[in-house]
Amino acid sequence: MAEESIIEFQNFSFQYFSQAQPTLHNINFSVKKGEKILIAGPSGSGKSTLGHCLNGLIPFSYKGEMTGSLKISGQETGDLDIFQLSKIIGTVLQDPDGQFVGLTVNEDIAFALENDNIPVAEMRERVSQAALLVDMQDFPISSPYELSGGQKQRTSLAGVMIDDVDILLFDEPLANLDPATGKTAIEIIDDIHRTSGKTVIIIEHRLEDVLHRNVDRIIVINEGRIVADMDADSLLSSQILRQHGIREPLYVTALKYAGVSVSPELLPGHIDTLKIETVSRPLQSWHDSVKPVLQEENQETLLELKGLNFSYDGIDRIIKDVSFKIARGELIAIIGKNGAGKSTLSRLICGFEKEDEGKIFYLGENIRNLTIKERAERIGVVMQNPNQMISKPMIFDEIALGLRLRNVEEVEIVRRVEKVLKVCGLSPFRKWPISALSFGQKKRVTIASILVLDPEVIILDEPTAGQDFRHYSDIMEFVVEINRLGVAIILITHDMHLMLEYTTRAVVLSEGEKIADTRPSEILTNQKVIKKANLKETSLYQLSQNAGIADGTAFVQNFIDHERMVRSR
Amino acid sequence: MKNKLFSYNYVDTPVHRLSGLTKLVCFLFLTFAVMFSYDIRVILLVMVFSLVILKISRIKFSQIRLMIIYVSIFLVTNAVITFFFSPEEGVKIYGTRHVMVNLFSRYILTQEQLFYQTTKLFKYASVIPLGIIFLLTTNPSEFASALNGVGVHYKAAYAVALTLRYFPDIQREYHNISLSQQARGLDMSRKARFSKRAKNALLIIIPLVFSTLDRIELISDAMDLRGFGKYKTRTWYNKRKFTREDITALIVSIMIFTGTILVSVFINHGRFYNPFL
Amino acid sequence: MKDYFKVTTKTIVATGLGAALFMLLFMYVKVPSPIPETSLQTAYGLGAFFAALFGPIAGALIAFIGHALSDAVQYGSPWWSWVIASGVCGAIYGLAYKRTGVKEGNFKGKDILVFNVIQVIGNVVAWVIVAPVLDILIYKEPVNLVFTQGVVAAGMNAVTVAIIGTLLLVAYAATRTKKGSLDKEA
Ligand SMILES: Nc1ncnc2c1ncn2[C@@H]1O[C@H](COP(=O)(O)OP(=O)(O)OP(=O)(O)O)[C@@H](O)[C@H]1O
Ligand SMILES: Nc1ncnc2c1ncn2[C@@H]1O[C@H](COP(=O)(O)OP(=O)(O)OP(=O)(O)O)[C@@H](O)[C@H]1O
Ligand SMILES: [Mg+2]
Ligand SMILES: [Mg+2]
Repeated sequence: MAEESIIEFQNFSFQYFSQAQPTLHNINFSVKKGEKILIAGPSGSGKSTLGHCLNGLIPFSYKGEMTGSLKISGQETGDLDIFQLSKIIGTVLQDPDGQFVGLTVNEDIAFALENDNIPVAEMRERVSQAALLVDMQDFPISSPYELSGGQKQRTSLAGVMIDDVDILLFDEPLANLDPATGKTAIEIIDDIHRTSGKTVIIIEHRLEDVLHRNVDRIIVINEGRIVADMDADSLLSSQILRQHGIREPLYVTALKYAGVSVSPELLPGHIDTLKIETVSRPLQSWHDSVKPVLQEENQETLLELKGLNFSYDGIDRIIKDVSFKIARGELIAIIGKNGAGKSTLSRLICGFEKEDEGKIFYLGENIRNLTIKERAERIGVVMQNPNQMISKPMIFDEIALGLRLRNVEEVEIVRRVEKVLKVCGLSPFRKWPISALSFGQKKRVTIASILVLDPEVIILDEPTAGQDFRHYSDIMEFVVEINRLGVAIILITHDMHLMLEYTTRAVVLSEGEKIADTRPSEILTNQKVIKKANLKETSLYQLSQNAGIADGTAFVQNFIDHERMVRSR
Repeated sequence: MKNKLFSYNYVDTPVHRLSGLTKLVCFLFLTFAVMFSYDIRVILLVMVFSLVILKISRIKFSQIRLMIIYVSIFLVTNAVITFFFSPEEGVKIYGTRHVMVNLFSRYILTQEQLFYQTTKLFKYASVIPLGIIFLLTTNPSEFASALNGVGVHYKAAYAVALTLRYFPDIQREYHNISLSQQARGLDMSRKARFSKRAKNALLIIIPLVFSTLDRIELISDAMDLRGFGKYKTRTWYNKRKFTREDITALIVSIMIFTGTILVSVFINHGRFYNPFL
Repeated sequence: MKDYFKVTTKTIVATGLGAALFMLLFMYVKVPSPIPETSLQTAYGLGAFFAALFGPIAGALIAFIGHALSDAVQYGSPWWSWVIASGVCGAIYGLAYKRTGVKEGNFKGKDILVFNVIQVIGNVVAWVIVAPVLDILIYKEPVNLVFTQGVVAAGMNAVTVAIIGTLLLVAYAATRTKKGSLDKEA
């Protein structure tokens, strides 16, 4: 590895034109050529802003005041334009909607080459190689609306990797990927890093998933300042992650529950490097000490799906004969790989689409003929993509909209909106236009706008995508709180932590079919289901196996029970 | 909901096999031919020719039924109001007057008027099959490169590609905004009063416009980052090579176009064919 | 004046998406007008809004592409005379670009007047001059017919733009953030 710095920040600060305070303060760090860096930090801490400074969108597209120095390949970025920078640094943006500009998959992958006047024959060759790399070779002429969120993200990956740049920058590449695809993405990025020697920078909340493969350093940002810059072993042994509301890997949490004092000597940065001999005894005795919690009796059935079938175009069945029930006050998850039909199922339940066959019952009553508005009084849905829900330019008005349309009194509106704003951590921004929010903040606005209506069943489609651990916990605590009041909750998620931690049951979809409906700890230890639904075995299970604990499923369940106990204290 | 703007489906016919650029050039030549000429013989000839091509490209009636209905309504309306506004237009153009029937008051139907209106009707109608063939047999992915090929600046051509790319998204967004507004309590039923419906339309247009503005920022960022507009030209992934079939098609359409001009210059001595002289 | 006609990536994207929106409104969102058998084309209000934000080139292309494609979808082929008139109309709307303070968050009295004077000129030129002349040249339509049509179209479009275009610009100006105005509240 060469020793020269490819990126160098010196006393760098940045303040957006419209902001009263700088978003980045006095940043100092450098990245050596060929290094692989992870940038983590809470939502709104300035990670994307930092990325924009690197790829030239700041100041090319976003105006503001920059002080200090930022050098890339030895050149001051102020002296380079965005095209020169784009030859050095390739970016995958956070929002998948914008990244996919081509009419079809292959055209989108080819976009950068087209702009470079590459001849058609060479272009086709390179495009098919790139498509193969991200496993999108089967969809060369698919349009973006025929693809799931994850498939779009893979295409974006290919579109950036095709250009021969020195630095690759990924802004939350995992946000919409199912666990197995996320794992593959990390492996692809890692392989490219190792074989090409490119410098790689990943901005991501999902620390554990990124750490599936080695990274050289982790930089933690909080409120626009660097609070840590160290390797994974040291970071996981410190208190920094917890202090700044970033989630640590589950196996590290398990070690802490077992009373192990985690130190860099244990090499906790990766589950396979972890010195298992030192920790297996405490783990075993902790495992034996946890008392299993009894499952509660289920209450009356609130919502029941019976033999649902659905297709968008009358040809491909997207939902195949799906049936399940959810009781009052239950909190369940729907999981499954990208494109399995999870979002489609939620659209059926709230009446945005009509089922072709089968029935949906609410308290035993067939709701086929209820209008969207009538269903919405009982079932609220928060869509996956926040941009599709936001309809007002200002945050307060957006959240108040539903109440206003229901002619609630203005005093009452203010009271309820204020409460929700607080719960969702949005109070400081209440007077801002939505356009000034980060992606994660926008997502919270959409959750708030449904929570404020108090429905009896809430479907949350990827509620925590792009959220940091603190807001994730805040939102989930709020969800649990309303859940305790008897509101049933359905979470559609790719986040296995979320499922393990909060739900009592999960429905697994694969290619539109239900393939499992049971306790999360059982799902995540069942190899067959894991494989079929593109899930990922939890690191807890691997930890238990490495430590020689025979019943891995029980270990995972114990962890969950212990966690719930800790939380409810 | 309909996702694609044009119901393009690949069918293996000689017309589908032509490159987009060829089809665009042919379309323009033939359209200009019928727009220029006011000779019903030429117009009918081109129309028959294009109907044959329509047949060859195996376009199903169901695909174009709606268009035919719209066009028919337009043609009938146009015919009626033309006669209503200017019953003597034909006489003015052809310079003779052969009365056929006296309809009412000043509305006297003449052979000249009938001939003028028939010619105009076919003139309008004849471009329809041409347009339909072009739209339904050209892969939307080839549109932009074809436009660029006929001399449109690539940036303007890419704007068209973006329109095709994002129309389904915007249409779906419109749908979703309308659904999520309904879920929050907006009454969209047809029962609502007119003024209310106008206001509701605005309630959806405004968020749609603003989310589109946000999206413009995002997409132009992504395109800048991937080097759009770096050079004076760009290549197109979907540009097809010219084949012998392409050349043949181009020659045929150029011949028809020149033929039309020649007929006007040497036979009609003007754009009109006048059978009354 | 030079950057009046400057084309950046943003102009192109605005054109592409603006045209898509224009099409959507042109085909589906017609508000019936009080005059029977006619409707207000909300699309022109939108076109004027985009033209005022992104300039004459975007304005012209949005209306031209949007109108041409919607005609193509509905009738099978564009009606060139009216499509070209739409383009002219959009280009003239675009003269309002940089003549109002809408980007800085000011769109009041005088700005509203400037915008509306320009849009009325645009509508008159496009529908009372360009469209009828082309109709006569290409199709030999009767003179009195096309001018009557033109006057009606110009009037209705001017009204639509005056309502929808102005409302959109006012709403847009309200979302513009002033320098250093965003601060977290405790
Ligand atoms: N264009 C902008 N104009 C003004 N302020 C902005 C703009 N973009 C971001 N900000 C503000 O800068 C701060 C940092 O935003 P940024 O998008 O960098 O956060 P982030 O760390 O990437 O968050 P997330 O994890 O949610 O994506 C936020 O408070 C946000 O409101
Ligand atoms: N409006 C639509 N028209 C046609 N097909 C669609 C539409 N929406 C989704 N699909 C298709 O339906 C399938 C299921 O999509 P859906 O969005 O429900 O998946 P998902 O399980 O939510 O995936 P992800 O985890 O990536 O969000 C996909 O193959 C997708 O291409
Ligand atoms: Mg971000
Ligand atoms: Mg989904």
